[in-house]
This record gives sequence, structure tokens and C-alpha cells, in this order.
Amino acid sequence: MSGQASDDNAILRVEQVSKQFVSRSGIGARNAPVIRAVDNVSLHINAGETLAVVGESGSGKSTLGRSIVRAIDPSQGAVQLKLDTGEWVDLARLSERQLRQLRRHFHMIFQDPYSSLDPRMTVFDIIAEPLIYNERVSRAEARRRVIEVLELVGLGERHLNHYPHAFSGGQRQRIGIARSLICKPRLIVCDEAVSALDVSVQAQILNLLKDLQQRFGLAFMFIAHDIAVVEFIAHRIAVMYVGRMVELGETRAIIDRPLHPYTEALLSSVPMTDPTRERSGKRLSGEIASPINPPSGCHFHPRCPYATERCKAEIPQWRELEPGRFVACHFAAELRLAGMIQSHTPHHELHK
Amino acid sequence: MSDTTTSAPAPRPKKVQDRIDRLRAQYSTGGDRRRQRAEQLYSASQWQLMRAKFGKHKLAMVSLYLLILFYVVAILADFIAPYDPQERSRQHIFAPPSAIHFFAPDGGFVGPYVFDSRTRVNPKTFKYDLIVADNADMNPVVLFPKTDPYLLMGVIPMSVKLFGTTSRQPVFLLGADNLGRDLFSRIVHASRVSLFVGFGGVLISFVLGVALGGISGYVGGKVDVIIQRTIELVMSVPQIPLWMALAAAIPAEWTGIQTYFAITLVLSLVGWTGLARVVRGRILSMREEDYVMAARISSASSWSIITRHLIPGFTSYLIVHITIAIPFMILGETTLSFLGIGIRAPDVSWGSLLQQAQDVVVLSNYVWLLWPAAFVVAAVVLFNFIGDGLRDAADPYAK
Repeated sequence: MSGQASDDNAILRVEQVSKQFVSRSGIGARNAPVIRAVDNVSLHINAGETLAVVGESGSGKSTLGRSIVRAIDPSQGAVQLKLDTGEWVDLARLSERQLRQLRRHFHMIFQDPYSSLDPRMTVFDIIAEPLIYNERVSRAEARRRVIEVLELVGLGERHLNHYPHAFSGGQRQRIGIARSLICKPRLIVCDEAVSALDVSVQAQILNLLKDLQQRFGLAFMFIAHDIAVVEFIAHRIAVMYVGRMVELGETRAIIDRPLHPYTEALLSSVPMTDPTRERSGKRLSGEIASPINPPSGCHFHPRCPYATERCKAEIPQWRELEPGRFVACHFAAELRLAGMIQSHTPHHELHK
Repeated sequence: MSDTTTSAPAPRPKKVQDRIDRLRAQYSTGGDRRRQRAEQLYSASQWQLMRAKFGKHKLAMVSLYLLILFYVVAILADFIAPYDPQERSRQHIFAPPSAIHFFAPDGGFVGPYVFDSRTRVNPKTFKYDLIVADNADMNPVVLFPKTDPYLLMGVIPMSVKLFGTTSRQPVFLLGADNLGRDLFSRIVHASRVSLFVGFGGVLISFVLGVALGGISGYVGGKVDVIIQRTIELVMSVPQIPLWMALAAAIPAEWTGIQTYFAITLVLSLVGWTGLARVVRGRILSMREEDYVMAARISSASSWSIITRHLIPGFTSYLIVHITIAIPFMILGETTLSFLGIGIRAPDVSWGSLLQQAQDVVVLSNYVWLLWPAAFVVAAVVLFNFIGDGLRDAADPYAK
């Protein structure tokens, strides 16, 4: 169990969630390989907070996000959501029918602004979709609500009857955000919500998300591979590697002083604006391990510059090293790892 | 410079001012129009975009109009064909296409006419030769000649045809066959069977293909495997023997209409497999689209997802596929009838008309008997051109 000190305010608790995929190859194929996409992950998200989940592609962060909104069904574990009444429900255990009663409390923003909007529907139909299925509203009321969220995301009534092909990537992402907001949810899972966009557009979208969070007290689970983006928006960061959590903590703390060698490597891969400065930390080499056949012990050991025999043999414990600071590394206490030195303004601020 | 702009502008000469106003008006309306057009494009649905894109495909558009003409001719066959397809003329066995003259023998223009003529067996070659007397009568070819009353499309009483002669001498646009029947009239009547067999056949295979392909793609798992293996089985049976076996099962005493529907059924029972695969493939790829996941986490039921997202998503592909499938049906019917196991006399189809062209001796003497084949080729090619244009237009969002 995560058991974080500061989870009184939590609205979502993910408890030891795992997701395995079995790659089936037709009838009669036995001993199909099992892919452990998410392996025993626990975390919580507070109301009005942004928790970033970072990791390379293949680390299982998207699968985790999708398991939380039940776009896919987690194999084990609990996804506890706090209701208005203060009562907790386990989304992982609900049937599709029961889930429909609760779907309005959470939604998702997708990575690809092209594939996430049905090209055959107008902006109105796209944004009103959650409203129509979740709440029984009249068409006039739906129209009013849609215009309201369209204005929130910087679009307007004149766009109602347009089709997605009329919009740029950034505008499409705004439409996606409007769709996720329409039912006034409390949690939005942003699955690489800005990674498909230009840097300048990324900044606009991130600012929009931040603004919306302040106005409505939204909680975001922000899935990303770009730590620079995350630094700007996240209150806390969770780092995943091959399905497992390796580190979790406050954004500043993680960026200044990572406790896991993988986090250090991720931080060192962030491009720097000052070419005269020495690169800190160790660069990542090699490929992310395959979740079909992950390395023994600590999954990161084949790429870890600090690995020892113990790392090959023993799975590191997920432990709270400092209050609110979790890590899964045998040597977290001994290693002195390099963070990202704050010498420059984060590039997103520049575009404000 | 700054003086003139900051202080009140000096009044311009009236002419200049008028011109400025006019230009301003022109530009602003131009902008409006541009905005309007952009607005139209932005709120253009998939079908509007498809139509616009298809309209730009010249070849496909021309083919479409020609094909529409084919179908109009088929529907109005009774009116357009100058003679009944069964009407025989002993004097005109294997008559070649009539020579239509416009000028009288003395050189004056008299409009289209044909000479009195007949055919007779040449005792040396046993070939039917055309005989035209030296002072043969001239029979004008006119539009809308009076004929015996008939029912157009079985309901509208008519007593005129599109064209023909007013005398006993017939005009053979494409020649006559071994019983002296007008080949053009027979081809026109045959087109009803040959062109519409495609629609009927595709309709049935459409239902089978969409249902089975859809289930296969959406349900997946074992159901998918079973349906896919069935499709492979059906596809691996050699087509012509299968058709022949099925067609041979049609009772000989069935009427023409019954045979026609049976043939349609035979063709579609074999033809659904391709469509099922297309549908399955589309569903599999669209199921993975983020907008389907978005709908699911918006509490949409499977039914809503299928009807609101998946079906609209693949209809354009279905139309393309159908357009390309119809010519295969036409060819299938032609093949069956050509082999003598399809449409039976007295009913005619392009394939059954071609039966006469099976004999090399007949064919070498009377080449015009191959005309039905030209119509088959034309219909198939037109369908393919249209399909080509539709395929380009089918996905207006392709990047």
C-alpha cells in the first residue's frame, strides 16, 4: 500500500494495480507469453493536484492511465475513487453498467489530436458525447453547456458545426480537452496530452490545463515522457520503468535530487538551453527492457551504471525513504545522484 | 507625412474617393466570400467532401454518366429496342449490321434510310450473304415510329419506339442472329438481367458480408477464427465448378424470374467473402482509434459505438467495395450463361447471347455476334473507373 502521509486529501487511490496482456496467436496456442505491462503499482492523487507519470515508451504509463479510467480492465488491484459523499468505490471491481453511473467523474485527454476526434462528427457532437451518455439533458441545454466549455478552452460558438478537419493540432487538442471537461469531472488522465504538438502550442495547452485546474480544482494524472513539460505542470512526479514504479515524490525534490538512477538518466536526457554547461549525470544507453521477458531483480540493472550483483538477484523494495519520497532502489540511500540544475527559465514560461 | 495622417485628411477629389470606396467594397465582399467558402469547407461533412473530391476525378465522372445511361437504357429497354427480342425474320438470318444511308442514289440528301434487303445461303460457301436488289426500296429510319401497343416497364401503355422503320424492312443496328432476330434489341433487353444481377447479388452478399465480417471484427476471439476459416474455405473452392454445381441444382422447370434470382443467390453465396474481410479489417483498425476509446469512457454502449462511430466510419469503404464487386457479379452471370447453366432461353442475358459466338465457324462469318461481349467489357470497365474514383474520394481525411 502506498501509505503516503499526505493522502487525506486524495480523490484517487491506486492500490497494487497490475495489468497483464496475453499475446494470443489463434486457437490452441498454449504457453502464450504474458506481458506484464503494469506491475503492482500504487499511488494516489489529491484533489486539485497534478501527478505526472513519466517513463520511456513501453514503461506501462499509458496502460496504467487507461486502467484507471477503465478503458481497459486492470488484472489485479484496486482503483479507489472518492465520491462526493466521501465514500470510496473501487472502479476496478465495477461492472460496465455500474461504471456508467460514475464515468462522469473522470475522463481522459488523448495524445493524438487526430485519432481522438471522430472525423465524421461535428465539434458539437464530439464534445456533447459524454454529456449525452452520462446525463439526460435537452438539446438546448447540451448546446449551452458545449458553448460554455468551448469558450473555456478558447474556442467559441462559431465552431459548433465545424468538423475536426477544419482545425489545427492545437485546436483539436482544445476540443479534446473540452470533451473531457463537459461533465465537470474531478480527475482527468492526460495521456501524453501535449507530446504530439509543437513546442509553442504545447505551452498554450499546458497553460490552459493549469488555468483550468486552478478554476475547477481538477486533479490531473499527467502521463508524459518529457520531463521538461512535467516540471512545469506537475506537483508530484512518479517514474515508471518496465511496468514498475521506481520513484515518486515532489516535483522539485525529484528534479533537484533524484534517488533512482533511472530518474537521473531521464533528467540528463532533457535538452539544455545552455551549451556551455556540463551535462550532469549519466546518459541512458541501450533500449528499454522488454516487458515480455524483463530482466531479473531490478528491471533497470542492465542499463544502470551503479548496478551490482544484488540488483540482478533481488527485486528492490518500494520504500518511503523520506516523507512523501518513495523509491525502489537498493542503494537509494547511498547513491549521490545528479539532478537538473535550475539555471534557466523553463521554456514554457517564455511563451506565457 | 505624419502631418497629413494625424490632422483631418484633406477632402479627396470625388472621383478618387468613389474609386477608393468601390475598391474597398470589392475587397471586403471578396473577404466575406472567402470567409463564407472557408466556413462551408469547415462545416462540410464527410459526404460533402467525398462528393467534391469525386467530382474532380474526370474519368470517374464520365464513367458515372455513361453507366447511368446504360441503366436508363436497361430500364427503358422496351422503348429503346426497336423490336421484340424474340421477333424472328426468316429473310434476315445472320443479316449483317444495316448500312444506313443519308443520300439518295442520285445524290440528294433524304435523311437516314435503309434499302430493302434479305439474306440467302450461298450454295458454295454455305454462308448467309446479304442480297440487295438494284432498285431496292428506300425505307426511312425515323424517330418514334408507331408500333403495336406494349407496356413500358410492365405498366405504362405505349405504342411508339425510340427509332425504327415504318415499313416491313427492319433496321439491324448491330446485325441479326441465326434466327433473324435483331441483335441490338436482344442486347438491350439482355442488359436488364446482366446489369441488375450485380445489384441483387451484391445486396445479398452485402448483408452476409457486413453481418459476418462485423461480428468477426467486433467480437473477435474464437468467433473471429471460425468465421475467418470459413471464409478461407469458401474462397479456396474453385469458383466455376462451385457455380456450376449450385447452378445445376436449379430445377429446369423454374421460370425465367426464378432462375434469375437463383443465379443471383448463387453468385452472392460465393461473393460475400471479400466484403466480410473488408468489413472486419476496417472494424479492427477503427476499434483501436482513440475516438472509440473516448466514446467508451464517455459511457457509450457497444451499440452506440457501432452505430455512431464504426458504421459511419466504414460506409465509404463499403461503397467502394460494392462498386468494385458489381462487375464481378456481371462477369459471373456472363460466365454462367455462356456455359449454358445460367439464364435460359427465351430469357436473354449478355452471357446467353454470347453462346452463339462459341462456334468458331459462325464467329468467323458473322463477327457482329461478339457485340454483347463489348457491352460486358464496357460495363465492367465503367464500374472499375468509378470504383477507382470512389476509392480516392473515400477517405477525404487521408493525410
